[in-house]
Amino acid sequence: MKPPIFDYVKVSTVEDATAILADSSKEAVVIAGGQSLLPMLNFRLAAPDILVDISGIDVLKLLEEREGAVTIGAMARHVDLGSSPIIARHFPVLTEAVTHIAHLAIRNRGTIGGSLCHADPAAELPMMVLLLDAELMIAGVKGPRTIAAKDFFCSALETDIQEGEMLVSINLPLLPPNSGWGFEEVSRKSGDFALAAVCTVLTLNDGMISEIRIAVTGVDDTPRRMDRAEAMLCGKTLDGDLLCEVCDMVQSDINPDTDLQASSDYRRHLVGVLTARVLKDAFARAGGTFV
Amino acid sequence: MTGKVSINICVNGTNFERMVEPRRLLSDFLREDLGLTGTHVGCEHGVCGACTILLDGDSIRSCLCLAIQADNCKITTVEGLGDIEALNPLQQKFREHHALQCGFCTSGMLMTVTDMLSKNTSLTDDEIREGLSGNLCRCTGYQHIVDAVRDAAKQVGDVSS
Repeated sequence: MKPPIFDYVKVSTVEDATAILADSSKEAVVIAGGQSLLPMLNFRLAAPDILVDISGIDVLKLLEEREGAVTIGAMARHVDLGSSPIIARHFPVLTEAVTHIAHLAIRNRGTIGGSLCHADPAAELPMMVLLLDAELMIAGVKGPRTIAAKDFFCSALETDIQEGEMLVSINLPLLPPNSGWGFEEVSRKSGDFALAAVCTVLTLNDGMISEIRIAVTGVDDTPRRMDRAEAMLCGKTLDGDLLCEVCDMVQSDINPDTDLQASSDYRRHLVGVLTARVLKDAFARAGGTFV
Repeated sequence: MTGKVSINICVNGTNFERMVEPRRLLSDFLREDLGLTGTHVGCEHGVCGACTILLDGDSIRSCLCLAIQADNCKITTVEGLGDIEALNPLQQKFREHHALQCGFCTSGMLMTVTDMLSKNTSLTDDEIREGLSGNLCRCTGYQHIVDAVRDAAKQVGDVSS
């Protein structure tokens, strides 16, 4: 229950960090808030040669609105997201999601970049960036690149970040007017990882759904978008029959595992119930009248 | 660099300069290097909350922070709240409401609640329970802790209004 031996370097620029990360003679990993990495080190599930502490890179802490998007630095903490008026105004679904992340002491230290790069299959923020069609801005020794959230998560605890690269910031494109949101999660107790969580954002145009996204987590190796359900709802208004059809479809499109926390059947059941709730909430918040 | 490095940490108002291995957990640094054993160590992976302390005013798990990450930071531990002759108001409320039995979780509870009350004193019972959800207690059943926090919040609120 004590970490293995490692070197530690605190860097002050992104370039210094990526240079160390690119050195293939030693396994270097980034430490941001450390709220996922420290448990891994304490359990000795991770044994890197070097920790690269990026908490001294001030540019990674920004959180600002610019050019039709909100940009969040990788070192923004959960508590920063949860208390940000910019996030609350543009992405209340994200403000709500943050309240489900672990506990006060973890939210005080954990960061969005750390959560995304750890890529736990039941964590909230990976689902949120998938829902919000985020662009993940990557720095690397071979130059910067942008990864769409849908291409970022490869499998449980694995992302598309390559050797010599690190996540710098997250761009969330603003939603159109007349948008509503819904977020529901079930966990064994407050702050635990989700047994299942579902979230949605949708936009209404003359009472019809003109744009919709649905994401789920806790039921696969990575968070997932429900493409077929989104297509079924687009261009329609929400009523009881359609809601039943969509929930059936979402349930048939997932194949959750059974573990000590919950059975596959129970998780599938939850996703159906939660999907109905988030769709009704989002539809009402966008100004729709459910019949 | 695998050897020891020098760090400077202010704990409860006193500056300490010590040599530590990079892998030294802040919880072990406080207990073993500084002898401040009021901070308890339960699970060592961020689940039980017993090792909660304040780092620059925010509650954190000291088992999920390396001592080296706290270099040049200000830390408050339970020893910084009050002492046996002069309990601070929150500790006094815990005593009055019998909010502890074995006491193992108590220092972590006190530090978490100190953070909660520094940010909001008009807490509902639901908010108190949500705030305490990261601190496990195997004795009390939590009710007396919630009572103590509610009473302490009222007292802090009355004083500040």
